Amino acid sequence: MMHPIAERIQAEFPEGFVKAVEWRGDLAVTVSRPALHSVAQFLHDDPRMDFDYIVHVSSVDWPDDEERFEVVWEFSSIRKRHRIRLKTRVPESDCVVDSLTDIWKGANFMEREVYDMMGIRFRNHPDLRRILMPDDYDEGYPLRKDFPLRGKGWRDTFEFLNERA
Amino acid sequence: MKLEDQRTTVYKVDPEHPESATLPTLRTEELLLNMGPQHPSTHGVLKVVLELEGERLVKSTPVMGFLHRGVEKLAEDGTYHQFIPHTDRLDYVCAMYNNFAYCRAVEKLMNVTVPERAEYLRTIVAEVQRIIGHQFWLGTQALDIGAMTVFFYTFRDREILLDWFDELCGARLTTSWYRIGGVERDFTPSLLSKLRAFLDYFPPKIDEYVVFLEKNRIWLARTKGVAVISAEDAVNFGLSGPTLRGSGVDYDLRKYEAYGAYPKCEFSVPVGKNGDTYDRYWIRVQEMYESVKIIRQCLEQMPAEGSIMADVPSVTLPPKERVFTNLDSMIQQFKLFSQGFDAPPGEIYCGTEAHKGELGFYIVSTGGGKPYRLKIRAPSFIHMGAFDFMSRGYMIADAVTIFGTYDIVMGECDR
Repeated sequence: MMHPIAERIQAEFPEGFVKAVEWRGDLAVTVSRPALHSVAQFLHDDPRMDFDYIVHVSSVDWPDDEERFEVVWEFSSIRKRHRIRLKTRVPESDCVVDSLTDIWKGANFMEREVYDMMGIRFRNHPDLRRILMPDDYDEGYPLRKDFPLRGKGWRDTFEFLNERA
Repeated sequence: MKLEDQRTTVYKVDPEHPESATLPTLRTEELLLNMGPQHPSTHGVLKVVLELEGERLVKSTPVMGFLHRGVEKLAEDGTYHQFIPHTDRLDYVCAMYNNFAYCRAVEKLMNVTVPERAEYLRTIVAEVQRIIGHQFWLGTQALDIGAMTVFFYTFRDREILLDWFDELCGARLTTSWYRIGGVERDFTPSLLSKLRAFLDYFPPKIDEYVVFLEKNRIWLARTKGVAVISAEDAVNFGLSGPTLRGSGVDYDLRKYEAYGAYPKCEFSVPVGKNGDTYDRYWIRVQEMYESVKIIRQCLEQMPAEGSIMADVPSVTLPPKERVFTNLDSMIQQFKLFSQGFDAPPGEIYCGTEAHKGELGFYIVSTGGGKPYRLKIRAPSFIHMGAFDFMSRGYMIADAVTIFGTYDIVMGECDR
């Protein structure tokens, strides 16, 4: 028995719909990358969905998967008081996904943060620049799993540390 | 052409036809002004590049990240319990609420139910923290826009509560008092009597703060009609907390998600009308009265006895006194802190109404003791996203008001 919102999305977008998971009361719907923008538009505009509020945009790195990155949007509805998590997968070779800034203006900074931290580019984003890291930072994207979790730089010159690892 | 030649050609007037002289017109251009990163009104380290036309703001570009410490990355390297002190350093003036939001998220992930007494303790302390946050906000906002006296009054009363925190957990600001599944220690009789005394003392003091501002012409001129945002835009930008409610949107997670002991308390959610800085100020003042009400009700309803920590040995910590006397408890504590508990694979998002807005944690777990990914939904960061939109057309001096009205703290904004 699928969540009614997920059922609606599946009925509207039979090709774009990938899967729906409900866990701990949170509904997470995965859609294909080409369908993303139209699904989001539907979630925002359809009166039964009415997701007018953007909660956060996030991303997860799964280095072992074929499509490495997962971009996560969380929406909520002020009037209907329900929530949804919309997800899509992005491969590393073509790290681009549609921007949703034209639907939710608040997505602007949130998407910039995802770009800054994970290196996922957003198509049609008005101002895609780094936001938390310096503009000229060129050591990669900090939240990727291959970015070292511990010190880098001078610390790496201590040979005894490298030996132990 | 040399500079001197230019000068002579421009001002050269033909004596025969003086009316044909072309006087140089005044050159106008947009001025770019860097405000910050070291500016007292930015509550941290924030730079904003302001494009000005005269004194009007045409465009403002926030440049953030000066306080970026990589908290989300650090979370991936520690166990769930070890992350609690990191949350103190997000919004460092209101650590308790950050602890609360984080612990609630992990409890949702682990499906832990908090005992009733602990829920009341948590709600009381969270509301005390809300009062501290609003006092801090009111004092600094007024200070920023030129009303200095209120600052001394709010900070005098804030000091009482910070000392109360000190007695509760040994720290004034970086508290780390909440634990996954409960709280670290119970109230003592002295703490209870001090809190009761404060509740009697405080409401007349709020009236006192208001007297300074409500009829202050400068305050009114600088807050009424400044940084107006419509309800529709506020929702579209994802604003939350008093910044959203100021525009007339009744959205408060304390009512809507009903966590902690809030569903058992009666309180109202003040909502503004005009969406300007004054309404947001009014909401915060009203929320202080409401917080006092909530604390009173919690103190009345709270069960006198009861556990302050959920009894789930695989997740929650043993009572501190047993750790020092009982070997099994010591091992349990040690293992929970060094290896962590085994979280089920899955992902959750849990938002909590902090005094700034919706503070949320999105946690992805793949099993094991450490989060695979932890994302913090920081209200200050999202509010800064609307800064350009809200500041257009106002004066430079209003930029300070707008930072203030969001109640931003850069530690949370940059994480």
